[in-house]
Amino acid sequence: MGQPVLLRHVREPDQGEIEAYERRGGYTALRRAVREMSPEQVTDLVDQAQLRGRGGAGFPAGRKWKFVPKDAPVKYLVVNADEGEPGTFKDRTLLERDPHLLVEGIALTAYANGVRTAYVYMRREFYEARRRLERAMAQAYERGYLGRNILGTDFSLDVYVHPGAGAYIAGEETALLESLEGKRAMPRLKPPYFPAVMGLYEKPTVLNNVETLCCVPWIVREGPEWWLEQGPPQLYSVSGHVQRPQVVEAPLGTPARELIARAGGMRGGRRVKAFYPGGTSSRPLTAQHLDVPLRHEELARLGSMLGSAAVIVMDETTDMVKVIARVCEFYRDESCGKCTPCREGTVWVTQILDRILHGRGRWEDLDLLASLARNMTGTCFCPLGESVPPSLRAGLEDFREEFEAYIRAAREPVQMPVRLHLGAPAPGG
Amino acid sequence: MLSERARRDIQALRARYPVAQSALVPALLRAQEELGWLPPEAMAEVAELLGLPVEVVAEVASFYTLLFTEPVGRHVVQLCTNVSCMLSGAEAVRQRVEEELGIRAGQTTPDRRVTLLAVECLAACDHAPCMMVDERRCGPLTPEDAAQLLRELD
Repeated sequence: MGQPVLLRHVREPDQGEIEAYERRGGYTALRRAVREMSPEQVTDLVDQAQLRGRGGAGFPAGRKWKFVPKDAPVKYLVVNADEGEPGTFKDRTLLERDPHLLVEGIALTAYANGVRTAYVYMRREFYEARRRLERAMAQAYERGYLGRNILGTDFSLDVYVHPGAGAYIAGEETALLESLEGKRAMPRLKPPYFPAVMGLYEKPTVLNNVETLCCVPWIVREGPEWWLEQGPPQLYSVSGHVQRPQVVEAPLGTPARELIARAGGMRGGRRVKAFYPGGTSSRPLTAQHLDVPLRHEELARLGSMLGSAAVIVMDETTDMVKVIARVCEFYRDESCGKCTPCREGTVWVTQILDRILHGRGRWEDLDLLASLARNMTGTCFCPLGESVPPSLRAGLEDFREEFEAYIRAAREPVQMPVRLHLGAPAPGG
Repeated sequence: MLSERARRDIQALRARYPVAQSALVPALLRAQEELGWLPPEAMAEVAELLGLPVEVVAEVASFYTLLFTEPVGRHVVQLCTNVSCMLSGAEAVRQRVEEELGIRAGQTTPDRRVTLLAVECLAACDHAPCMMVDERRCGPLTPEDAAQLLRELD
């Protein structure tokens, strides 16, 4: 295992200060890019590095940038620092421990895309992260890495931090743009609202996650071949029943078994029952998947996804019905209410799970949950509602006996509706 | 009802965006910093400062969980109840905190000292179980740690 890249300097207490960041090689990539490279050359490097978005969707960043029309007079860069996918805390770590890395990534990305104004949309709870980032930005303005005529060139850039106010859905890119425009964070329909062509204020907008942008200075500085040789580096947020929950940097495709070991192993020496590989929107996997490479392709094959690479580990004592119910409640509470299958589906699912947990479950509930999972898939503007079915499917397929145990132990007799023979049966009766 | 300084800050926020409405959430947060919550008069004042209809302000304010349209206590405690914290004992922390304050999550103590909120993932699972006491992140917490932190609040 080589030296970490994204986390190389996060343990240095002075890393947030510009002198320290420069001393460790910081801003050399920006210096070289604005003085010696064309914007297209910067984009090409990111493309060649096969950098994929680290926010959840995993879309190739270079390709995203190439969708942005070159000749548009006004374009924006929006940084998604709204980290909210349960179990994910790597962006917060980068923001707090190495804020200049993000500032440099923002400046490089703006340069590559011909952007003069950037907004960092940051969730409200990131008070410490915001203080650190704003301090770093002030230092960067002072040294001429941000502002007018950056490093004596004709490239200018202004960056603003924009606070969110508590809404998980704002992490979805089109909802984030609505929120940044001062509206309720409700997703837009794609097409036509692909941010790259019709984003903030309906102008072309580059939208990337914090970690994605933190990769850019390294790619520009060391080159795409070097970047790929490092793994490429990927941050996994490892939490749950591990000894030392932490952000682990490892080559993309590292299996959960190794990530768990690097987080100190399991608490109390217990065994793994299940783990979410990519936040609670991904399908949880079981102990038999501990050696699967945690990479986009392999996880998609298992009906799961890398998502935000939040690995939430659950040991053999975990009640999966309770975990899945908690996950579904989360999506119920965070649904923006725009699309019916998500708004209603999340409520029905949680009602059913609640009665199963409270000794009122019915055998037919299992099929009903499966049917709801089907009807919530592919029927909404955004992926929020679709984040419920992966947990339900895993529950019904891999942990079915736990659901059955609850239903078998149901204390109260189930109330059956009285069927009146007055012609056609009542709907659903 | 806002101070001159808050009004000036809100005008400065307005200048960051090509469209006034973009400054709405930051402006409401600024008003809330001063007043603790957003009474209707404050929303009306923000509406006037940004040249927006007051209904738009109310519509937006009611969407976001950290914009308080009801009075809150001097301190706001946000207790994470999401999966990583739940696996690390958040339920016991919540019970102990509720017992210490004599209220349930979502309520404010009768002396208006503390509002307790059960919240979703705070992106601090490396500190699970965790909570935010105003702007401070605290964790990992035992139930007793959490109770002690609350006792220390003025």
